[in-house]
Amino acid sequence: MQTQKKRGADIVVDVLVAEGVDTIFGLPGGAIMEVYDALFDAPFRNVLTRHEQAACHMADGYARATGKVGVVIATSGPGATNLVTGLATAYMDSIPLVAITGQVPRHYIGTDAFQEADVIGITRPITKHNFLVTDIKDLPLILRQAFYIARTGRPGPVLVDIPKDITQQVSEFRIPTDDELRESLPGYNPHTEGNPVQIKKAADLIRKATKPVIYVGGGVILSEAAEEVYKLTKLTNIPVTTTNMGKGSFPETDPLSLHMLGMHGTYYANMAVYNCDLLIAIGARFDDRVTGKITEFAPEAKIIHIDIDPASISKTITVDVPIVGDVKTVLRKLIKELENKPIEWLQARENWLRQIQEWREKHPLSYRKSDKIIKPQAVIEEIYNITSGDAIISAGVGQHQMWAAMFYKYSYPRQFLNSGGLGTMGFGFPAAVGAKMGRPDKTVFAIEGDGSFIMNIQDLATAVQYRVPVKIAIINNGFLGMVRQWQQFFYDSRYASVCISVQPDFVKLAEAFGAIGLRATKPSEVREVLQKAMEINDRPVLIDFVVDREENVLPMVPAGKSYREMIVSPKQKSEAETMYLVG
Amino acid sequence: MQEFKVVKTRPEPEKKVGKHIITVKVQHNFGVLARITGLFAGRGYNIESLTVGRTHEPNIARITIVVDGEERVVEQIIKQLRKLIETLKVRDITELPHIERELALIKIHTENDRARDEIMRLVNIFRGKVVDVSQDSYTVEITGDDEKIEAFIDLIKPFGVKEMARTGTLAMVRESAVAKEGVLD
Ligand SMILES: Cc1ncc(C[n+]2csc(CCOP(=O)(O)OP(=O)(O)O)c2C)c(N)n1
Ligand SMILES: [Mg+2]
Repeated sequence: MQTQKKRGADIVVDVLVAEGVDTIFGLPGGAIMEVYDALFDAPFRNVLTRHEQAACHMADGYARATGKVGVVIATSGPGATNLVTGLATAYMDSIPLVAITGQVPRHYIGTDAFQEADVIGITRPITKHNFLVTDIKDLPLILRQAFYIARTGRPGPVLVDIPKDITQQVSEFRIPTDDELRESLPGYNPHTEGNPVQIKKAADLIRKATKPVIYVGGGVILSEAAEEVYKLTKLTNIPVTTTNMGKGSFPETDPLSLHMLGMHGTYYANMAVYNCDLLIAIGARFDDRVTGKITEFAPEAKIIHIDIDPASISKTITVDVPIVGDVKTVLRKLIKELENKPIEWLQARENWLRQIQEWREKHPLSYRKSDKIIKPQAVIEEIYNITSGDAIISAGVGQHQMWAAMFYKYSYPRQFLNSGGLGTMGFGFPAAVGAKMGRPDKTVFAIEGDGSFIMNIQDLATAVQYRVPVKIAIINNGFLGMVRQWQQFFYDSRYASVCISVQPDFVKLAEAFGAIGLRATKPSEVREVLQKAMEINDRPVLIDFVVDREENVLPMVPAGKSYREMIVSPKQKSEAETMYLVG
Repeated sequence: MQEFKVVKTRPEPEKKVGKHIITVKVQHNFGVLARITGLFAGRGYNIESLTVGRTHEPNIARITIVVDGEERVVEQIIKQLRKLIETLKVRDITELPHIERELALIKIHTENDRARDEIMRLVNIFRGKVVDVSQDSYTVEITGDDEKIEAFIDLIKPFGVKEMARTGTLAMVRESAVAKEGVLD
């Protein structure tokens, strides 16, 4: 490619174009103005948000829904610090993002200049990598490195901090080639292949196991390996449980699906994991919300662990057969290995599947239905029905998130978006907006809590401005419900600082923003308002579902406890079915 | 729940605790040291010592880190170090034949001639050097592994240590021994 003379800001736009970027999210300010000036003529969509945190979650939701790298842009100081929660959210869930932040001019750095913050220092532990550009000559390479690092290996957010004077400077420029890019990162070589000896060992264990379970995490989605997981299960007839992040990597309508495991896992998934003799962990990281008490997690199982990140292996739990590599690549090899020698169908395995079936029947996912008051679970089920199970669901954090995980049956990757690792309230709605922009062909629902939604409510304006027809379902219980549930269970029902029933009228608020607002207060209205919402396709629509205030998420394994201590069904003393009105 | 009657637990490997010497080759970029120390602080790992310096290769620095900890934690540290984009090579050389050196500068109080004589004698035995002399002090330079330096400090403590600075451990694998034993990376 030929060299040209360009302004730093234009170099930024040129590299974004070269990287195939079609949408970016952000909000301008002094230090990034030059870049915004260049973006004025950019050939891609530049979404102006109302808060940088929302911009970051939108880029994240866009990345989760499409598999492409999300791009967010912000000014120095407060603009950049507003990205912190969004970056940490993406980092915990290994989501590929590139964040571009303005910085004060080089000669001001270190002087406590106006809107100066040590953004590199602040974001170091919550990014996969970050760069401060100190010379315009490095700018194109650094930007390409940022995209490359973000999307390869174990993906993650990468931040590039660019001093304003560099964006204004004019310099010779050409886009670095792929070879130059790889050579410039001599210390960065993710292992993707998987050790063949280990793969063989894994195959042997799989052949011998009598009570095996597959445990799938978000890595399968990141590696686009859902097809391989499906093949493996059909080849071996091994049941599959997924983490919250792994949802959609195996169809939950399949008879082999055990649904989610862990703290709010199903009884049958947790029983299967507790009693299995072989656990095949694929792109999962043995998070404490999954394992509970480590020493009693899958106590008798041999464990195979396939993951691209060596640091995830034997971090909290010692595994028997670690396989470092790209999940998709390793699974293909493992399947081939298993196909080489047919698997004997053992009677013991029949018994295992029968046993699991008994657990399934003993405690299926359920809740107490009501025709007087809206049950939150019923709302999720209705959303499932009305969208024929095909919508992309993005959730906030709390009880509604868990109900969205449990009562919607996911069938394809990138269908369920939520902040699994960091548990960020305020993620759901902006992520839904990003997802809808990336996947306009899909119905996108944000299933939000009344507490979570209000944390990024300002960006309703963005959704209205860009006519993004997302559906927002508020599961309105007037509580920071999940915290209230813990207080009820573990703090003697002392409801400290969880009542948020003093809240805006969400319907009127939606209207004030220029969106559509709807409300359901009785079970008979649920279907009707959803139908109305489904008909609106030119702007966001919000539905305020006024639900049973003290419904609990069950089953539940209390934090740090063994699966043995799983609370399966609601306490006998009836959970009051009283209707509390909002206001 | 009858399936849960018997409490079963995972057999976990026994905990081994000990000192580890880790050498790290890094791209000597802006902020790389902060990345490494930040990793230790953020993940709650304790560093006994950490030294950095340039190498013969341009833009490549070498870091020697000494940590005292449980095997599993040390293994995590190494993996986390390898994960950093700017690290080129990370090795735990504790079990390999290696050379360990540290330099200490120690300002020792010299009460009288007898003290001066005695300190000189110790300095000679430890093959140290007196690098500065004042009315009532010697400044001594001493090199060796951690054990030797600790031993020297113990001996001169009674005279009164006025000031001390140590570089932290530097370490390198003994090529001779490695070649002989055929130890690979
Ligand atoms: C930013 C942030 N602050 C605090 C928390 C702790 N927290 C976890 S769930 C929860 C309650 C969420 O309330 P709401 O959004 O109404 O959901 P609900 O549990 O009622 O369905 C809180 C406060 C969090 N996860 N994130
Ligand atoms: Mg709530």
